[in-house]
Amino acid sequence: MSLDKATVRRIATLARIEVPDADLEATAAQLSGILSWIEQLSEVDTSNVAPMSGGIDMESISTKPRWREDKVTDGGQTEKVLANAPDPQDGGFFGVPKVVE
Amino acid sequence: MTDLTSLTIAAARDQLAKKEFTALELTEAHLAAMDKAKDLNAFIVTTPEIARERAKAADARLQSGKAGALEGIPLGIKDLFCTEGVQTTAASHILEGFKPPYESTVSQKLRDAGSVMLGKLNLDEFAMGSSNMTSYFGKVKSPWKAKGRSDDLVPGGSSGGSAASVSACLAMGATGTDTGGSIRQPAAFCGIVGVKPTYGRCSRWGIVAFASSLDQAGPMTRTVRDAAIMLKVMCGHDPKDSTSAPLSVPDFEAVLKQGVKGLRIGIPKEYRPDGLNAEVAALWDQGIQWLRDAGATTIDISLPHTKSALPTYYIVAPAEASSNLARYDGVRFGQRVEGKTLDEMYAKTRAAGFGTEVKRRILIGTYVLSAGYYDAYYLKAQKVRALIARDFNEAFEKCDAILTPTAPTAAFGLNDKQDDPVAMYLNDVFTVPASLAGIPGASVPAGLNKDGLPLGLQVLTKRWDEETMFRVCQVLEDAAQFPLLKGAR
Amino acid sequence: MSYIIKGDTGDWEVVIGLEVHAQVISKSKLFSGAPTEFGAGPNTQVSFIDAGMPGMLPVLNGHAVEQAVRTGLGLKAKINKRSIFARKNYFYADMPQGYQISQYDMPIVGEGTIVLDMPDGTSRSVGIERLHLEQDAGKSVHDQHATKTCIDLNRSGVPLMEIVSKPDLRSPEEAGAYLKKLRSILVYLGTCDGNMEEGSMRCDANVSVRPVGSTELRTRCEIKNVNSMRFVMQAIEHEAKRHVEVWESGGAVDQETRLYDANRNETRSMRSKEFAHDYRYFPDPDLLPLEFDDAYIAKIQATLPELPDDKKARFIKDYGLSAYDAGVLVAEQENAVYFEGVAKGTDAKLANNWVSTNLFGLLNARGVSISESPISAKNLGRLVQLIADNTLSSRMAKEVFEMMAADGKDPDTIVTERGMKQITDTSAIDAAVDQIIAANPDKVAEYNSGKVQLMGWFVGQVMKATQGKANPGMCGELLKKKLG
Ligand SMILES: [Mg+2]
Ligand SMILES: [Zn+2]
Repeated sequence: MSLDKATVRRIATLARIEVPDADLEATAAQLSGILSWIEQLSEVDTSNVAPMSGGIDMESISTKPRWREDKVTDGGQTEKVLANAPDPQDGGFFGVPKVVE
Repeated sequence: MTDLTSLTIAAARDQLAKKEFTALELTEAHLAAMDKAKDLNAFIVTTPEIARERAKAADARLQSGKAGALEGIPLGIKDLFCTEGVQTTAASHILEGFKPPYESTVSQKLRDAGSVMLGKLNLDEFAMGSSNMTSYFGKVKSPWKAKGRSDDLVPGGSSGGSAASVSACLAMGATGTDTGGSIRQPAAFCGIVGVKPTYGRCSRWGIVAFASSLDQAGPMTRTVRDAAIMLKVMCGHDPKDSTSAPLSVPDFEAVLKQGVKGLRIGIPKEYRPDGLNAEVAALWDQGIQWLRDAGATTIDISLPHTKSALPTYYIVAPAEASSNLARYDGVRFGQRVEGKTLDEMYAKTRAAGFGTEVKRRILIGTYVLSAGYYDAYYLKAQKVRALIARDFNEAFEKCDAILTPTAPTAAFGLNDKQDDPVAMYLNDVFTVPASLAGIPGASVPAGLNKDGLPLGLQVLTKRWDEETMFRVCQVLEDAAQFPLLKGAR
Repeated sequence: MSYIIKGDTGDWEVVIGLEVHAQVISKSKLFSGAPTEFGAGPNTQVSFIDAGMPGMLPVLNGHAVEQAVRTGLGLKAKINKRSIFARKNYFYADMPQGYQISQYDMPIVGEGTIVLDMPDGTSRSVGIERLHLEQDAGKSVHDQHATKTCIDLNRSGVPLMEIVSKPDLRSPEEAGAYLKKLRSILVYLGTCDGNMEEGSMRCDANVSVRPVGSTELRTRCEIKNVNSMRFVMQAIEHEAKRHVEVWESGGAVDQETRLYDANRNETRSMRSKEFAHDYRYFPDPDLLPLEFDDAYIAKIQATLPELPDDKKARFIKDYGLSAYDAGVLVAEQENAVYFEGVAKGTDAKLANNWVSTNLFGLLNARGVSISESPISAKNLGRLVQLIADNTLSSRMAKEVFEMMAADGKDPDTIVTERGMKQITDTSAIDAAVDQIIAANPDKVAEYNSGKVQLMGWFVGQVMKATQGKANPGMCGELLKKKLG
């Protein structure tokens, strides 16, 4: 599979990573290299195979659902929540550039 | 007095209990060693004040007979674990300056057991790498050198800072995390023990996520016994992590002397491809012989989907990473590059904040999940992953443990040209299958190649059977008599 | 009662599907222990999980699961014993993780049905496509600062049920009836408070049009986040007209997300959210598949209350009410409960009149809800009894009702205090009738010569003579006999 520049631009936009136009070509070539290597997977027969849904095989441990009780155990820590904010705003908000809807 | 930094955790624990030295003395010895070894760049930040404070508290508890399992033991913490009030960066510029207002479950457990944090260890950025060359805070050097040469070597990765610091006796042990081999491969490169437990053994809460379905924390130590001691403290059920297993924690240390008599050791033929490094192959054969000598039987097994493991991993891991790393957006924490619009701010922040390899993996991950490609890539990979797990399940009906090499080569040069990402990914070819299957795996230093560089052997067992894994590791360690740096044992 | 848009080229019908986001009634969030209460100060109800801090992991709130199953059962829907939480990936300032944890191809609840009660008393079935659990985003505040948008994450992680209808609705009225009925069911079940002003229920409408008689589905537009039933209906009406105009002018409707502006009564394109929708859904590896067994479902089923449709059927059967009257009463659970309190042991139709006309009239005039009614169901029930057993005439009853509304006293006390017993003793009324006839020979003559409408005047005179206490029916009968 080889990616073109437009595709790289599209996924870079989706991923919110600025890729300068000058780098598109090289990035496309590199990603294409990785993808064509990955493509060997298509040779594996996976008919009738259920996909693994995570890293853990719960059946081997417990069938009991592991859910939280509906209790308030958190919150009330605005200072800590905002402590690392690059642009905190008066009143206890995070600030971002003005969004026009 | 012997050099306190060359002691094992087990020895230090016993001698601290006998008051042969204090926790503070032990900590000071390590802080001094760290100072002298700054050149390795193993730490991103050191925390001597915290270390001294905790060492003093440990001494008080030792005095009053309330010592924990790791009381006074100086450890390094991989900078992927969030540590309360101490900068946590995942070796990324985007998190530079981030001080979490919380402590990861694993580092909290180590703290509660009385251990002393020396600092935050360097790694590949967001744990993405096998060489520790992708850290924003600079490469880590291995303390090892090839015979008769002075050029620097990589410590492996991503837990390269952890491996280097433990190998160089800057810390008695360190936490690592393993997504596709990031504990085992650097352990092999640096001649130490590295254990990746079963997925779900250690809580992932508070560990900066790379690939959630693969990430597992584990200990990196100089001996198998030390790894058993440390792992027991690190693991256990955590209700804050839905994927943490509600199982009790075995006493790993207690099984070490049980040996391997009667165990069936599987030798997978797929791990011996054409062109396998001859010294690696020879060490593997040596390992087989050691286990036989100790009373185990060995059988040939097949893990037919081994070849597909790496490409599978390089779909699953980047896909999950592309989503896990979306939160680094410059809004709530970390670095921000301003922009005129929100989207411009995002794109500039993430372009400047992430390094090349991280960006590459985010783009791959975004692509394989995107509309029209999901089935062909991500879904396909999760199906192949199920086949890989099934391979192991079937193998473990025939054998109790599997022995393989940890890495296809010994450590390579720090300044070797690394412009082919796929070639770099091949470092993990022997470690990735176990990661995908979620089974436990450990690397034990087993010998030196002709250049005098460490080579490791990998032991794999079925899920939740770390005890058998430790028994096999102990036999290998005893047989190998691996020449640790500074003669530490 | 079909809804037709008359175009230049012919008649058009509108095809509507609704997606309702209903906030689950719960103390804590879907994946964290932070509170869900409305109206708290910015970022005071935020856990590190809700803020998407590094290394934070979601843990599912079991009560939210129960609420979703409960709602599914109330919608007579298929409950999926295994469902999957998936990440919906996109960037937005008030979405801290960079993805929303939602459900995609395996939701917790599958197909179900809602029966609409139309204003003309008819009913009609509308399909439910699915219900899934997901977390809410935070709030962007745009008017706080000249050049910044301010982010409050209090709502981040609040549990929502997204309830998706099939494209079965054909008019703005049906859309309104659907929302009303859905809200009613959720409130009955206690799974959502249905408060649209506080955003506990928000609606997205998918609208398309097609020529009458056609079965094709043309390009639809999604109108986002309309926050009142009236606005939903207005937005649909406007959007459907816009589509007809676009198609008839030879253009094509673009599939897009639009925003309804209530002030201008128009929809407009949300270009900012428009570009490159590619949510890259995949199963959330931080969460296990959501699984439960039949016993779990049965346990919840056993606690389900009587729902509006069943209650309505019972009201028709047991109380002899019309479908329309029963529908009005059951729409709000509190009204139905009140009605049953009034109707107990008395004439149900009379009870319905007094509840639906007099009481609702009073509450409307005062602008209060039934829970704040000055007249208890028990007292109103007693009043109805007094009318049914002829103790009070309806005119007297109205006076008593006013007094009950004024001071909350029970009707027996009022009747006793004021001596307001209706006279049903024939001899007492007889005397009054005789006296009126004797005193008004001219009117009697007029009546007998054919001016029968004078009967009303005679009854009035008798009532006056008895200070309004005579039973008007009996007066009429006696007068007729004696005059005739
Ligand atoms: Mg939707
Ligand atoms: Zn939704």
